[in-house]
Amino acid sequence: MLSLRNIWVEYGEKVVLERISLDIAEGSFVSIIGPSGAGKSSLLRVILGQEQPTRGTITLDGAPLPAECGPDRGVVFQRYSVFPHLTVLGNTLLGLEFSASPFTARLFGSARRAAVAQAEAMLEQVGLADSRDLHPAQMSGGMQQRLAIAQALIKRPRILLLDEPFGALDPGIRGDMHGLITRLWREHGLTIIMVTHDIKEAFSLGTRVLTLDKRRHDPHAPHRYGASVVYDLALTRKQAEAAAEAAGEMLGITIDTKVNT
Amino acid sequence: MRWVTAAPGRRGALLMGALPLAVLALGYVVAAAARHADNAADKILPLPGAMAAAMAGLLFEPDPLSGQYLFWADTLASLWRLGLGLGIATTAALLVGLAVGALPPVRSAFGPLVTAIAVIPPIALLPILFIVFGLGETAKVALIVIGVAPFMIRDVAGHIAALPREQVIKALTLGANSWGVVLRVALPQALPRLIAGLRLSLGPAWVFLISAEAIAADVGLGYRIFLVRRYLAMDVILPYVAWIAILAVVIDFALARTSRRLFGWAH
Repeated sequence: MLSLRNIWVEYGEKVVLERISLDIAEGSFVSIIGPSGAGKSSLLRVILGQEQPTRGTITLDGAPLPAECGPDRGVVFQRYSVFPHLTVLGNTLLGLEFSASPFTARLFGSARRAAVAQAEAMLEQVGLADSRDLHPAQMSGGMQQRLAIAQALIKRPRILLLDEPFGALDPGIRGDMHGLITRLWREHGLTIIMVTHDIKEAFSLGTRVLTLDKRRHDPHAPHRYGASVVYDLALTRKQAEAAAEAAGEMLGITIDTKVNT
Repeated sequence: MRWVTAAPGRRGALLMGALPLAVLALGYVVAAAARHADNAADKILPLPGAMAAAMAGLLFEPDPLSGQYLFWADTLASLWRLGLGLGIATTAALLVGLAVGALPPVRSAFGPLVTAIAVIPPIALLPILFIVFGLGETAKVALIVIGVAPFMIRDVAGHIAALPREQVIKALTLGANSWGVVLRVALPQALPRLIAGLRLSLGPAWVFLISAEAIAADVGLGYRIFLVRRYLAMDVILPYVAWIAILAVVIDFALARTSRRLFGWAH
């Protein structure tokens, strides 16, 4: 579905990524790992449209990807993904309001009631139905990430990009979030690309694990070679296990003390 | 108990806050009494009774010349100038600050201009304002606007520009256009900061108001203070200064309450 052809990312002299060619299938859960500074986040920003590759093309279903951020690609960052001035419900509604009325960016009357119902259903799915009137500052890090996921999913994006989404959470809550994202991925038939530092997380969640690193190294000019994909592992057996685990997770999804297994 | 962790209760804090004020007032009365013991006609430190008598004339008796109750006419004129100046400055800060803060091309175009205006001492512009706008109300209001607006614009713009980049990207992935980002992401987060900036600007605004009134006016709190200075009328000057302090505190308190009520998420 998503196809990257010979992508290079360079900042002036410094080559960050070189010769990245990938085909990402619809419905896959791709984990990207690699050492710090290997360009994991750069790759994510390029797919997101936040940055332009210096060379190469990206196509989505054969059509060139718009070079700007748009509603076809949702994103959850490690932090600052939710808006502090809006309630949980307001944060979730925002995506519907932006598309419905480009001038006021608000909804009124029956259109608003329909949107609220849709947002509440989305919040129900991530376990935040009881928190709809809280502001993000009143919530834990795990709840904020749940909200960020709900906020992104309400736009029904083709691709969901996760930039170390669970990196700032403690292990128990991280386990819950793994269950949640696996369940949502299956139920919504999402295509997910996730950057992570946690190798265990990458393998337990992903159906495919990409490792970015530099293949070549010039000791006199370390910045002249960029990273590329050094391992590309398809995890078909893990995919089946993750599906089985998701079925079990459905019951205990809101218990924040569940330990990562 | 350590000083850095001590937590005085609500009543304790009120009492502790009132104590220095009471000591100051008492010290004044003692000093005034001592001067009056030496010289019954002393004008420098008037006794509270003399201040009350002088103020009663301004408060309750119409001025024989103009027919106005001078104290109230002064208060009204000054508050009108202050309110108009701060209102214009706040509106400008919101509009310009939002545009400069949220839109990088506007920041590149107008950021340096705002900075250049901000570094000019406003009082140095007062003669220009008098020449351009005459000696009427416009020049006084304009001085307040020029004095506080650049600071408020830079404050709001800086705050908006420092919002996490992730928020803008997230809004774009939710289908927003630039206008949507300004309206739903930048504007709501600018408002509490605007009120905070307004509170900080109250002090300078009063300075510019009193300065402008001192130089050219026929009514106003600053005008009265500088007028009666000629007669060494400390019995009017001191109550006027106290009244200005009370007005400033009330305005500040009202703004703080408004911000807490409207923008609870920011506190």
